[in-house]
Amino acid sequence: MDYEALGLVAGIEIHQQLNTREKMFCACPTLLRKFDERNGEFFRYLRATESELGEIDLAAKEEMKHERLFTYYTYDTTCLVEYDEEPPGPLNAEALEICCTIARMFSMTPVPQIHTMRKLVIDGSNTSGFQRTALVAFDGELPNAGTIETLCLEEEAAQRAEGHTFSLDRLGIPLVEITTSPCMRTPEEVEAMARYIGMALRSTGRVKRGLGTIRQDVNISIRDGARVEIKGVQELDLIAEVVRREVERQKNLLSLREELRERKGAVKSEPADVTRVFSKTGSSILKKAPCVLAVVLEGFGGLVGREIQPGRRLGSEFSDYAKKCGVGGIFHTDELPAYGITAEEVEKLRVSLSAGASDCIVLVAADPAKASCAARQVISRAEKALQGIPEETRRMLEDGSTAYMRPLPGAARMYPETDVFPITISDDWYGRLPLPELLSAKAERFSREMGLDPALASQIASSEQVFLFEQAAASGIPPLLAARTLLATLKELSRAGTDVSVISDEDIMAVLSAVRDGKAAKEAVPAMLDALAQGRTLDQALSTCAPSLSREELEKIIRKIVEERRSFVVSRGKGAVGPLMGVVMAEVRGSVDGKLVSEILSKEIARVLGK
Amino acid sequence: MKGGISSGDTVLSRIGRTERTGTFITERDGMAIVKLSSGYNIGLPRDHLSLLARSEAVPAPLISVAQDDSLPDLSIVSTGGTIASRIDYRTGAVTSQFDADDILRAIPGLRGIARFQARKLYTLLSENMTPAIWTELARAVFEEIKKGSTGVIVTHGTDTMAYSAAALSFMLDTPVPVVFVGSQRSADRPSSDNTQNALCSARAAVSDLGEVVVVMHATTSDDRCSIHRGTRVRKMHSSRRDAFQSIGVPPLGSIKYPSLEVTLSDHARRRREDEPCLKDGIDDHCALVCFHPGMKPTGLELYSGYRGIVIAGTGLGHVSSELVTAFRDLIEDGTVVVMTTQCLHGRVCDRVYDTGRDLIRAGVIEGEDMLPETALVKLMYVLGNTADRDEAVEMFRHELRGEYTRRSVNGL
Ligand SMILES: [Zn+2]
Repeated sequence: MDYEALGLVAGIEIHQQLNTREKMFCACPTLLRKFDERNGEFFRYLRATESELGEIDLAAKEEMKHERLFTYYTYDTTCLVEYDEEPPGPLNAEALEICCTIARMFSMTPVPQIHTMRKLVIDGSNTSGFQRTALVAFDGELPNAGTIETLCLEEEAAQRAEGHTFSLDRLGIPLVEITTSPCMRTPEEVEAMARYIGMALRSTGRVKRGLGTIRQDVNISIRDGARVEIKGVQELDLIAEVVRREVERQKNLLSLREELRERKGAVKSEPADVTRVFSKTGSSILKKAPCVLAVVLEGFGGLVGREIQPGRRLGSEFSDYAKKCGVGGIFHTDELPAYGITAEEVEKLRVSLSAGASDCIVLVAADPAKASCAARQVISRAEKALQGIPEETRRMLEDGSTAYMRPLPGAARMYPETDVFPITISDDWYGRLPLPELLSAKAERFSREMGLDPALASQIASSEQVFLFEQAAASGIPPLLAARTLLATLKELSRAGTDVSVISDEDIMAVLSAVRDGKAAKEAVPAMLDALAQGRTLDQALSTCAPSLSREELEKIIRKIVEERRSFVVSRGKGAVGPLMGVVMAEVRGSVDGKLVSEILSKEIARVLGK
Repeated sequence: MKGGISSGDTVLSRIGRTERTGTFITERDGMAIVKLSSGYNIGLPRDHLSLLARSEAVPAPLISVAQDDSLPDLSIVSTGGTIASRIDYRTGAVTSQFDADDILRAIPGLRGIARFQARKLYTLLSENMTPAIWTELARAVFEEIKKGSTGVIVTHGTDTMAYSAAALSFMLDTPVPVVFVGSQRSADRPSSDNTQNALCSARAAVSDLGEVVVVMHATTSDDRCSIHRGTRVRKMHSSRRDAFQSIGVPPLGSIKYPSLEVTLSDHARRRREDEPCLKDGIDDHCALVCFHPGMKPTGLELYSGYRGIVIAGTGLGHVSSELVTAFRDLIEDGTVVVMTTQCLHGRVCDRVYDTGRDLIRAGVIEGEDMLPETALVKLMYVLGNTADRDEAVEMFRHELRGEYTRRSVNGL
């Protein structure tokens, strides 16, 4: 696809959790918990408040379509601030420092005085009904002439446990939000940019890692299309696909509009009650419903069922809109007869509404209030199809397609968080924040200075253990040994059933230091780590896995082995070193450095041969 | 107006290499505060701003709200506690709403309960409440009852709500409900407790109650409100929604949310046909003294000339032996001294230990299981209604509005 010709414009918004000791506005730890560790629950209603013109924010209003009761899980690691039962404490200084460090990495200009705002969010994910957020810096630089518009420090929302139930452990974890300008033109560029920013953030060593700790939102539009924001892309591998599919969707919706215009498509502004048409239907959903409403879409026949994105049709969009009213979904004549609805019933429906074959009829079934709300949602979305593409916030589905979430939020939903004092950023302090080395630069350096293979260097640089690796290398541990231990040995142990999560960084450093100091051979590393994981002390691990052998003892063992295999040695000559290495190593059980064994073995073999 | 730019004006703010449009909000501590078009506020030096356009005041449309004539009449008297507020997202300003129309727009559910009349008496932070204002408030509420209101809702800041509720309990003999209500989370937030509290208070105000009560959240969840007797209620937490609790007695009842079903206990006074009665005298030459180890007798000299003192003593109602003499002097000079306990829960008994017996000999009155704050308000009330000390003491010893009980029931 020629994205340039289509006029693709994309920007990304990256949300990255910060690995601070405490939460953004309270002293709780930034610890995620298991739901069954909760120690209580409470529940609340959230209501949108009146703005100046007596109107509530469009996105907020959408959430209000049915007033909802939210349940919250509490833990011994949450406090009254997360309950919305105590005013927030001062803004976390550690979080602000990390945030400013990141801003400086992108050469951004800090805001002279930072003001915390309340951003209205009434989907239940914030107990207060707003998310606290502060604009920290402007105008950052990215590779390929890309730019960052703003960097904000926000509090993380509560995690949805299920339905309208949220878990408070995540609420309040500091989050940096980076918003790029719409500076990307191809799906691949979007992916590369997201990867770059993620790498830069991890370079600080002060961000959280693992699934769910970084989320990407993508803003996409094509020429004549509309700005659509896709929320919560967690896997980077999918980001380009999401962009490709959104372009496809917008392109298909535009051609659908052209076709509708040619057909002189129109939407009947009032739904019709067709409950009686289905009084004897075989469809259990329609039969059970107290009220069935029909929306007639003139000229839409065949278009509602047409695919606009893999697995998605215009009908799916109607359904998403209707679901906001609490109905389970919709039926439309492009997919009928089916679901227990017969061809006769469809015909009867068309006749009763005087709708032709070129028209599409959408059905919603529920109690009268919900059905009416859902029918109006369908009418509103169908009217938008005649205009083109609605501006929307969408959520990603598993494969990279998207579903409608809510209208794009307006700008008018923020007001000051008066409980938090503003913070003045001095140029002097900002200018002296130390800049971390980028992980990409680290990879190059590891390869250049330590002689690591470039692929291994970049693998270790992008791993979670990069800082531990640097610490090990700096303390004189052979880099290759450190890299192998961190990247391969731990994984192998885990695969073999060892619980490696209990092995601390200090344990790893102690084992590697023992090798460095000649107290153990590098071959003993897996066994020692395994012993530590079983709860042994380092000394116990050393004595069982790497009993110390003096050089004399080792020479005695090797001499014995060589003597016993004299004829083999004589027949193989120097080539006997290799096979005998294995025999010796098995005998000494990894307690000795292989290099030393090889040295003594060669000497002994030479001695036998020289005789 | 400062340097030609005033609040609401559109300005260009220069930060680093770029300029951004925004709305000038105000200047505070040497920083200009600008709301950018993204909605974010930032602070920056005043000389980074230049004026783009003057503000165009957008008056809020005044939509009056139709009320249902068939419903009972309720009066809302506001003293400053906010049950409704409005946010101007353009400037971020939050304003409290006191007009009946505004309240009904903010809490549409009220329209189904009653017809409302609102009367703004004061807009004060409740820590600035005074006994003189209690008198005005009692008069205002009395007038509303006389006019035939089915019930009166008093909106009040939560800090001193319990004092005001106790004051009105004593000053006003009411045949209809007088319901104090407030919110612990400001009304501008989607999670505010204002809606539930307001709806429950309105339902309580049309209920079968006939006394002064406080209606506030019963738990941290949005599940019900408790109805507390005005003389037995205390704010027991600085910030939680369920801060208000009845002490020493069970609540008078509860209102389920969102069904608004009211349950009243047997000991709640019921609605009557009597005329209301007002005794609005109050004498604020009274003090509440919290005893603590190390308290100096000289500190009490401050209170000489006071007509009444309530002591929040330790345990069963004690002060140090050293202070007993100082209190005896005050009593001999004509001050009425009442003992309550800083334990809040439980009854005063000054007949168990020596210091207690000394206090009784000195003329200190045992405040039974009365809350210290309620005892203070009661003392102001009795002294405000008689110039005679002995008569005041006699009145004080009487149970007037359920402010104390003679039986301490287990489990409360
Ligand atoms: Zn907390």
